[in-house]
Amino acid sequence: MSSRVESLRPAEGVWHSAVLEPAEETTGTEEPPPAIEMVRFAAMRPVLFRPKWFWPAVGALSVVVALGFAAWVVQLRTGLGAAGYNDQAFWAIYEANLVTFIGVSYGGAVVSAILRITKTTWRAPLTRIAEATALVTLPIGMLFIIPHLGSSWKLWELIWPPYWNLSSPILWDFFAVSTYLLATCVFFYLPLVADLAIGAERLARLQTSPRRKLLYRAYRLLAGSYDGSLSQRRLLAGAIGLVAIMVIPMAVSVHSVLSFAFASSSRPGYLETIFPVYFVVAALYSGVALVVVVVAAARRLFHLEAFIERRHLVRLGFIMVALGAAYLYLTFTEYLIDSYSNTTGNAAWVYQTVLGRYWMPFWFYFVAGGVVPILVFMFRRTRNATGVVTAAALVLAAMWVKRLVIVIPPATEPLVRSPFGPTGALGLGWGTYHFTWVSISITVAMAAAIPLLLLIVFRFVPILPVAEMEELAAAAERGTTTTATVAAGPVVRPRAGNEALAGARDHAETQGDDDDE
Amino acid sequence: MNADEHEHDEAPRAPVPPAHEQPVTVSTARHLSRRRFLGAAASGVGLAAVGSVSGALISRSAHSAAAPARAATGAVTGSSATHQWAMVIDLRYCNGCKACTTACERYHYLHEDQTWIHVFTMQSASGEQYFMPRPCMMCEDPACVPVCPVSANFRTEEGLVLVTQQRCVGTRICMNACPYQARYFNWSAPVPAPRQPFPQEPAWPVPQVEGTVGKCVFCAAMLPSGRIPECASYCPMGVIYMGDLESDVAVNGIGNTVTLSKFLTENTAIRFKTTFGTHPRVWYITGHGQTLDTDKEVA
Ligand code: SF4
Ligand code: SF4
Repeated sequence: MSSRVESLRPAEGVWHSAVLEPAEETTGTEEPPPAIEMVRFAAMRPVLFRPKWFWPAVGALSVVVALGFAAWVVQLRTGLGAAGYNDQAFWAIYEANLVTFIGVSYGGAVVSAILRITKTTWRAPLTRIAEATALVTLPIGMLFIIPHLGSSWKLWELIWPPYWNLSSPILWDFFAVSTYLLATCVFFYLPLVADLAIGAERLARLQTSPRRKLLYRAYRLLAGSYDGSLSQRRLLAGAIGLVAIMVIPMAVSVHSVLSFAFASSSRPGYLETIFPVYFVVAALYSGVALVVVVVAAARRLFHLEAFIERRHLVRLGFIMVALGAAYLYLTFTEYLIDSYSNTTGNAAWVYQTVLGRYWMPFWFYFVAGGVVPILVFMFRRTRNATGVVTAAALVLAAMWVKRLVIVIPPATEPLVRSPFGPTGALGLGWGTYHFTWVSISITVAMAAAIPLLLLIVFRFVPILPVAEMEELAAAAERGTTTTATVAAGPVVRPRAGNEALAGARDHAETQGDDDDE
Repeated sequence: MNADEHEHDEAPRAPVPPAHEQPVTVSTARHLSRRRFLGAAASGVGLAAVGSVSGALISRSAHSAAAPARAATGAVTGSSATHQWAMVIDLRYCNGCKACTTACERYHYLHEDQTWIHVFTMQSASGEQYFMPRPCMMCEDPACVPVCPVSANFRTEEGLVLVTQQRCVGTRICMNACPYQARYFNWSAPVPAPRQPFPQEPAWPVPQVEGTVGKCVFCAAMLPSGRIPECASYCPMGVIYMGDLESDVAVNGIGNTVTLSKFLTENTAIRFKTTFGTHPRVWYITGHGQTLDTDKEVA
């Protein structure tokens, strides 16, 4: 076994690599070298072999989702009031969820796109997970429009052009998010093509069950006529590059437009020109946090320790904390200016948010989403994978709460009354939003749907971007990458874990059944 | 807002005295309805394509630039409608009994918290308590109309802003947009109503539709037959006048009939939140030294 692992040098064979700078045209179809073989196996492992915990996990998550569905049925029958809404809290949890979930999807896509465009080599093992996270969370976020609508059975009206009123920010949102969904799908699919071709090779050898036979056909179908020739690789690399560039402005515009639904009104606390930027940065921030958590979980659950290292998490953490600092700055700017103006509406909502009735959620955000991530990175002791993942989990919670703080206080602020006067009475006339089991259940269900769908996705597609990792490894080997790459070390780095991985592979493949250890 | 801000707000529209000193005349209303006509031509309800956005922008700028001229020449309204509905609320006589709210809710089969005409308890600048009924302002430039994604809100030729509840999907963005908090959602099943004299329609939204937004309609279905709205009929103090800017007449529920323009001018009527550019069709007559924009509610 050790002889297979010892060589790092990629053989001269075709690996169907398709990303970025394609190598020179090569011929022959020899066995790929061991290190590469290990990547290929690890990527296909969850597809080929069902982990023992798979069904229990899917079952538990499905129960949570089913409960949310039941809650939604209750809401349908009794009306939106069941979710705690009232006339002075007309927007609350679902709108915050919409922003949060679409926001986290944004992070996955943009992180992957930016790392691709900047040719960051350490991105390689992370991109598929990041893109899958984007792919999964966006539809979930979009689904929130259903409980959000008072008459969700009339949803079809939004796609019925004769009814369209193009001056409505809601409709802008609808167009923007739909377009973005398409882009996310394409951005997920294109880098997948080469991996599907590679995966099909393995499946061709292992057609031991109907499921695998079906998978093999699906892979062949989706990989199209891709055979890894130089011209195809060039084409694919070009397409991926183009989509990566397009995804960024598209994601920025989507989240800006999402903020218009709030910012284009006359309501104090919503009428903020900072909102588009604010929303974009918030989305990126929470999005990177989710990628950190998902990558950490996938690393453990799918045995990817040999490829995704702790340093990957820490580097993602750096991106996260930088965005977190930017977000803190934007929050400070908004709150300072609105309160300093001391105008009736604006100062009132800042006061209520920071010191008044909403002080708890606001300070929770400030500590968990603002200060803690920065502290974690300030100290060497905590600046490690554990610290980063803990901070990321906190950030996810904090940013959800922050979205509630953005949505609810202005919605509950009285407009006819002007309670912010010299004689006090600051809390007078404010509405109140009450959380109910219905709205909480639906929210929790949607959150549970993220891991559920991710588990399902990785039962069907390779979890590592094999072609990309091979390409970057080959580039490193050829010495065509930057010095930064060299400093970072080879992307495919066999370690002690590979030994075990190879064993697992041999065992699993000879067993030929669908179960994994 | 203080008096200065009123001045500032009205400045671009007319080089004349500030709003609270400026007599509100029918011609003011007429040039506004002309503007509305332009707006309707450019950005009519249901007009597809980007034209509707730019049209809205054009109509706004045309309004601010050309309105003073039209006001000066006293140009006639561009609307062919025979009525331009308006309301006057004489705050001097309101005692806060809320008979208007109750009558409205009974008439339209509303839940208790669906106060389409809501009586706010306010405090004037001099510390005096007064009451302020707030119906829908039937804005000439309604903030609630352009934001609806499915064009469920619209403004009639007669100046009424109405909701097609069968169409409304319940995004509630109009509730967000309205600066007067005049919109109320049906969060649960509506109050059951017996057979009605009219089919459920925007002008007669009875019974309400669950999951959609509702608001004061000036009792639109009753107006053509010469009946004043229910709140006006039931106000024991004669506070609420229903008026028509075209025939220049306003009537309240205790038998007073006034010449609308004269009534507004003589009593220095003002409109609520003029800074929002909504140009309400509801005028308030104060008399306690109130300036509606700064007064705060006390209870
Ligand atoms: S019924 Fe008349 S007096 Fe009573 S609250 Fe309404 S407007 Fe005021
Ligand atoms: S008061 Fe509000 S609901 Fe009524 S027309 Fe004006 S913006 Fe629309």
